[in-house]
Amino acid sequence: MSTTEGPTLIPDSAAAQAMADREAKGRRRRGWFPGLGDKWNALPRHIQWLWLMVVVVIAYLLPILNPPFITTEPGNNWQIALAQMSVYALVAVGLNVVVGYAGLLDLGYVAFFAVGSYTAAMFTSPDSPYLHIPYLWTLPLAMAITMFFGVLLGVPTLRLRGDYLAIVTLGFGEIVRILATIIPAMKGQVGFQNVGHPPGTDANGDPIFLNSNGTPWYWLTLTVIIIVLLLAGNLERSRVGRAWIAIREDEDAAEIMGVPTFKYKVWAFAIGASVGGLSGALFAGQVGFVNNQKFDIATSILFLAAVVLGGTGNKVGAILGGSLVAYIPLRFTSIAEFKYLIFGVALVLIMIFRSAGLLPARQRLLAYGRLAYNKLKEPPMSRRVQVTTDGGKEAGDE
Amino acid sequence: MISEAIPSLIHAVPMAVPMDDTWITFDVNSLAENFWSSTFDGLTFGAIYALVALGYTLVYGVLNLINFAHSEVFIVGCYGVFFTLSALNFGPSAPHLPFWAIVGNLLLALVVAVIASALTAVIVERVAYKPLRRRKAPRLAFLITAIGVSFAIQYLIYWWRGPSPEAALTMFRPTPIFDVFGTIVDSQQLVIIIAAVILMVATDQFIRRSKTGRGIRAVAQDPDTATLMGVNKEKIILTTFAIGGLLAGAAALFYVMKIPSGVQYNGGFILGVKAFAAAVLGGIGNVRGALLGGLLIGLIGNYGQVLLGSSQWTDVVAFVVLVLVLVVRPDGILGTSLGKSKA
Repeated sequence: MSTTEGPTLIPDSAAAQAMADREAKGRRRRGWFPGLGDKWNALPRHIQWLWLMVVVVIAYLLPILNPPFITTEPGNNWQIALAQMSVYALVAVGLNVVVGYAGLLDLGYVAFFAVGSYTAAMFTSPDSPYLHIPYLWTLPLAMAITMFFGVLLGVPTLRLRGDYLAIVTLGFGEIVRILATIIPAMKGQVGFQNVGHPPGTDANGDPIFLNSNGTPWYWLTLTVIIIVLLLAGNLERSRVGRAWIAIREDEDAAEIMGVPTFKYKVWAFAIGASVGGLSGALFAGQVGFVNNQKFDIATSILFLAAVVLGGTGNKVGAILGGSLVAYIPLRFTSIAEFKYLIFGVALVLIMIFRSAGLLPARQRLLAYGRLAYNKLKEPPMSRRVQVTTDGGKEAGDE
Repeated sequence: MISEAIPSLIHAVPMAVPMDDTWITFDVNSLAENFWSSTFDGLTFGAIYALVALGYTLVYGVLNLINFAHSEVFIVGCYGVFFTLSALNFGPSAPHLPFWAIVGNLLLALVVAVIASALTAVIVERVAYKPLRRRKAPRLAFLITAIGVSFAIQYLIYWWRGPSPEAALTMFRPTPIFDVFGTIVDSQQLVIIIAAVILMVATDQFIRRSKTGRGIRAVAQDPDTATLMGVNKEKIILTTFAIGGLLAGAAALFYVMKIPSGVQYNGGFILGVKAFAAAVLGGIGNVRGALLGGLLIGLIGNYGQVLLGSSQWTDVVAFVVLVLVLVVRPDGILGTSLGKSKA
């Protein structure tokens, strides 16, 4: 590693840290909704929950409301568009665990999505000669299988520096598609039709979950997203989440501080993979048809664009980014053809000009921890802090 | 059906066409029969991989960055070759030309491809990576930018030229030169391997002996100290990208010679992954390692496809090799450091 990376040597580290803390606290102009995050955090817990309930109710009502302006252009069914958006949002939430929390670049996320889709298809479609199980059971099964693949891929590569993971996952994304073409059991381009769906019939005796009706699929996926969000939020605040952030910020420092980085990296990768598999299974159910043409690497980059656009490390941002990436081509049909070009350029521009994305993650988590620590030890320790500061200055002057 | 899915990435080896029900074989006889022909073919592809791998290795050595856009630098070179050949009125079947006319055409195509690729590489560096360096962006930002650039260039070409591969243009008819163990080596294979090896030796010597080469090694070893010692870091980085682009342009010419129908917007992508695998196999950041790794990946891929019975296995085999190398010997065969290589 070259010396340009990693922490720079600052003569007076305590003062610099205090400055960084102040900066983190006083920084207002980050994000396109300045101050919103702070206002939100200032609200009492129960008011937050109340607002969240309102947002959730509106989200559930979206397919019925069909709001003008927002609705998709003619030719793109709004309910099905919503279902697709929700699947993309779920994908982005899963990828955000890998890229956003743990800072691992997974460029073959579509492979996990594909494995999930194929799991759902091969265990439910009448085209498949194998064991058939109810569709809903394929959701946990898809998660388990993709998690297995995640560990299989993660264990050899995560011991190394993060960038090897990028190329290995990139290769894996393409290999899954090639294998789906070669292996006869996966039926290549012919694919699997009539993938299963959850049970239930309406008053007329027709099944509720039809491929042509996006609403129930949207509701199902939205429910899954909410559950995953709650779990991911808990993880984020737990020891695991703190370990991920430590790894993302400085892997060597985390390792020295006793964080088993390899273990937590594999966890992040496997959890991300399993959410990818889950969304793949939902996608297969909604579309009802799975073949090898849907899982090219371009889709993978689209997923990454969703996370980066929304704000790496922010789960709400991931949902926003995922929905936008699915929504924009359906809302503006004229540019749908260029969506890959647009999102590719967007990736570069965001990284250069606005690396935090639309909804920046709360980077001040670490600064917040330090502030709390300083506040606790301040009264009796103030002199000692002074002494170390002076010492630092002297060392710096030499 | 199968060939429709991935038209450009298949190395056409006609003896390895699988039956419908035998999607995977373990045909040692076939390998023994075709051993020499697949060796020569593998070496040809290996030479191409090695040239592309050099670009990855140099940039990785200097910047610690996987330059995903390098596969697009390569494919831009392929388009350079394609347009030169179209301008020279080449068609699907090779015309009968005198020897010197063939050499002239090849050199012209080479020059165009090299300029196109090197320019692309330099522009990518200036537009995408330099602003990030100035901002001291984290590693992840570099990688995401790299894949974004790769993607943007791919779909820029897609937007311009459409999804289907360009018409196949052949430059000259491969003529048998000599045979080894009953296998004919043709002029095409010979030209590619010899030219590629010359280029690689030249690159190696350039890095080891020239002043700029010393600068590249110095920056790879320690950018800050190199700057203090009077090395212009930005200029060195730009030179590194240009050299990588130049070699990718040469590889593009050989690739179009070998697979005339391979000029497609995403045609460089898998080749890029394989070239990177080659760089890792030889030891990333190591110039001679890239050469060795490229040839090995070419050979292993070709043996694998003959053994397993389908040309599509080439990519899978190369990928498995990459993962195995990372597990067993992540430093590669010759070890990883551009900076530590002796002058």
